[in-house]
Amino acid sequence: MSGFGAILRRDLKVAMQRKVEVLSGLFFYLVVATLFPLALGSDLDMLRTLAPGILWVGALLSSMLTLGRLFEADWQDGTLEQMALTPNNLSLLVLAKILAHWILCGMPLVLMSTVLGILFDLPFDICLVLVGTLLAGTPILSCLGAIACALTLGLRGGGVLISLLVLPLYVPVLVFGTGAVESLASGLGVQAYFSILLAMLLPALFFSPWACAAALRVALE
Amino acid sequence: MHPCQLLEVKNVSLSRGGKQLLKAINFSLKPGKWIHIQGDNGIGKTTLLRAICSLIPLDEGQICWAGQDTKDDLPMFLQNILFMGHKLALKDELSPLENLLFETQLMQTNPQEEELLEALNYFGLKGREHVPLVTLSQGQKRRVSLAKLKLSPAPLWILDEPLVALDVQSIKWVTQLMDQHIELGGSILFTSHQPLELLHSGDELGLGG
Repeated sequence: MSGFGAILRRDLKVAMQRKVEVLSGLFFYLVVATLFPLALGSDLDMLRTLAPGILWVGALLSSMLTLGRLFEADWQDGTLEQMALTPNNLSLLVLAKILAHWILCGMPLVLMSTVLGILFDLPFDICLVLVGTLLAGTPILSCLGAIACALTLGLRGGGVLISLLVLPLYVPVLVFGTGAVESLASGLGVQAYFSILLAMLLPALFFSPWACAAALRVALE
Repeated sequence: MHPCQLLEVKNVSLSRGGKQLLKAINFSLKPGKWIHIQGDNGIGKTTLLRAICSLIPLDEGQICWAGQDTKDDLPMFLQNILFMGHKLALKDELSPLENLLFETQLMQTNPQEEELLEALNYFGLKGREHVPLVTLSQGQKRRVSLAKLKLSPAPLWILDEPLVALDVQSIKWVTQLMDQHIELGGSILFTSHQPLELLHSGDELGLGG
């Protein structure tokens, strides 16, 4: 586990020196969320209805925006090669990188969503469910995005390819994430939606590092 | 003394981009010995070193460590090697000390801070331990990367052009370290276009014509 901790600490420390990159995703989310009321008008009822979808799509795009450098920097400077040559399990090191990505990009989005939920005048219970779904859903986005990043590492135009690979995979997360909020607004239960999101999260946490490690080994050849 | 073992490269053939680069390469590296791989640019020196480290799959042949195919127990083999490639594997955002700390944690050696400082001091980086790496010259960055040699317990060093960007004094420091490693029973496989005068005897392996 020392390798896992080392990569996690290192990525967080490096990110603290590159604050602009970390904050750009959050700023993008904020801008996207505030553009919608400007475009749709100030009808509060309509905004309240659309808010969960707007915030979920914003979080999804923002998460994708920050994926680009997940493995790219390590590949460029040779640290990825060294990671593959240590006695540590590469999948475990990849999991540390995914966790670091979520802490730096996913968690701030979840926290920002509470503020944006209030700005959209969402009732407290709906705001709570929205944050809950994002809390369960954003780690899935990081896991799926990491696979696309690993598969496109070193390819020209990798950024566009990442979007093409990742967006279809994000659809079920988006559907069940927003579905939970809609269900609550209709007076129905949300437990099933959370169960499905968690059922997606667990295999994503297990298979994504393994798939990434296999793709990274190919990229290193 | 290093618990060093024998490295055997048996009948190794490799292709890159559809072109046969290496054909039926055979050699063995005994404990307490070094091999200098020589050849023109693009002949396959780096490819061979990366293949030995398991980064590139072989077309044919076998790499054995302690009489066992490295593929049979790769984590054990990786525990016994230190590979330094063309890229320095350092983060510009971190200080030399932080870079070395994370590298050694990955290598699962976990040395004390004093040992890390001593390794940096050995390579003339006293007073530069805490500055951001981005402020150092290319040669100084190379020295930070080479400081790993002072800290690694691995018996087999695989060094790809370790002397690039180094000044005369730094080359002496590296040579001294390599000599000490050989003295202790370790073995070194390296490529270098610069002449390297090691005290201990070793072999030259020429690739290509």
